[in-house]
Amino acid sequence: MIAHSKKNWKEDDTLATLHEVAKYIRSKNAGPFWVTVDIFCEDDNSYNKIKNSTNISPKLIAETYNVQEKNVKLFFMDHLRVVKFSYPRSRTQGHRYENDMHAGQQYVLISDSEV
Amino acid sequence: MKTCKVLMPIGAMGVGISLEAFERGLDMSPDIIAVDAGSTDSGPFYLGTGTGKYAREALKNDLSIMIKGGHKLGVPVMVGSCGTCGSDAGVNLCADIVEEIFKEEGFRMRVAKIYTQQDPQMLKEKWKQGKIHALEGAPEITDKTFDECSTTVALAGVEPFIKALKDGAQVVLCGRATDTADIAALPIIKGCHEGAAWHAAKTIECGGVCLTSQLFSCVIAEIDEKGFKVYPTTADLNAKATTYTIAAHMLYENSDPYRLIEPSGILDTSRAVYTQSDDRSVYVQGSTFLHSKQYTMKLEGSGPVGFQTVSVVGIADKRICADPETWINKLTQAAVDKLTNLGFSPTEYDFDLKPYGYNAVTRVRPKQGTPPPREIGLILTVTAKTQALATEISKVWNPLLLHFPVREGEQMPSFAFPFSPAHIEKGKIYEFKLQHVIDIDDPLELCKIVYVD
Repeated sequence: MIAHSKKNWKEDDTLATLHEVAKYIRSKNAGPFWVTVDIFCEDDNSYNKIKNSTNISPKLIAETYNVQEKNVKLFFMDHLRVVKFSYPRSRTQGHRYENDMHAGQQYVLISDSEV
Repeated sequence: MKTCKVLMPIGAMGVGISLEAFERGLDMSPDIIAVDAGSTDSGPFYLGTGTGKYAREALKNDLSIMIKGGHKLGVPVMVGSCGTCGSDAGVNLCADIVEEIFKEEGFRMRVAKIYTQQDPQMLKEKWKQGKIHALEGAPEITDKTFDECSTTVALAGVEPFIKALKDGAQVVLCGRATDTADIAALPIIKGCHEGAAWHAAKTIECGGVCLTSQLFSCVIAEIDEKGFKVYPTTADLNAKATTYTIAAHMLYENSDPYRLIEPSGILDTSRAVYTQSDDRSVYVQGSTFLHSKQYTMKLEGSGPVGFQTVSVVGIADKRICADPETWINKLTQAAVDKLTNLGFSPTEYDFDLKPYGYNAVTRVRPKQGTPPPREIGLILTVTAKTQALATEISKVWNPLLLHFPVREGEQMPSFAFPFSPAHIEKGKIYEFKLQHVIDIDDPLELCKIVYVD
């Protein structure tokens, strides 16, 4: 999870990173073959800034995590102010040269993306 | 009104149940105590070896609290995925511990052991019959894959738990099962709303993780004919179920936040309505469970892929830290050349270098302008068919890890080894090989239930 930003994003159309806009971001295994990333927002303004950003797309996720775009699942959950996406691991969890067994640090890669 | 109250003591058996929260949970008169003991989260080693992740004493502590609680109230105790990976050995380990507890406490209860480990020969037959199918993201397999797995388990659904309860079992110890199955069983027997039973099970299977705080609180789900209510048992008022925490829990560890696939069907929570019943409780209704035409069990298989030897070396040299990749690439080339000259064929081994402090965790080159690391912990991992070969190859690397120059023609540097010997033999290593489901006609076909009175 990443630190919380208190900036008010209302009426703000300047570029900022996900890290700055979201309340926190987490990543985790969803079984040995998938990773899921949850982006939580403090309020509707920050949520809508991310949701309406053309940048946050299956294409960006596919490029960031080196997976095929068609395999990316992306959800906008208005009632929770959560943007969630899931992608299949390029190498199975616990592969002999695993770099993140629980995939708990993989959110960092997306957190620098601009919205 | 048909109702069923399930007490979930902890998110994973062996982590340590809070006695305060558990005692208060017992006072709330649950109909059953159910816990999940397994996961693939810690990697393929546990399934491959059929062993568990938690200490036996820790398992005994939690089992003892649950068994004594179940005996006191006269309600069943359910454990799903015994021994982390749900192997037969995991079930037997828990059964041994339960016997010890009975002996020490001077009572006994009817035990059902449900085994879900699978025979590779049978799986090969099913594969030939076209009854095993790949799930999204599954690796390619052949009929040989089933022999390559040292352990294969099938995830039990609710049916064997229902069978065991109907046969009068008071302690149910199951091998690998879905996280939800042992929780949903009694509410389904009692005729509660099926969508609510499964959704409640998914909500509480990680224990207090669905609450505002207090990961170690016990949680109760009270399922009825329309929905379910969920709340913590601890007296600590910081722990609350809120509409937000309960709805958001469907995100956790799920690739799809609205759908959960079980052997017998699919839970759909997309129309669930979450209502705050009081300060600490949430009522949920509107989830549905759609039965599938074909009953399928998910298979998990893990098998050995070689032996590893690991070496760790620390680097603080400023010039390497300023550009770690150039030095690491040159080092790698030098090592491969040396190995080839010594007669090691690249088909006999492979290796990996992880520069911790630089990009070992994300494996992505840092953006331009990122300050260089102050230190790098470089981990060399060598994999080969035998431990001896993996170690021999590590020993060929060793002088290079110690002395590989920053620039050609410079005096020989020495880097910082933390250990003597410099290498660590890691033993046999395993990988997951299956992400498949198997079609079966009878939900109990792949489960063997043994009763102990």
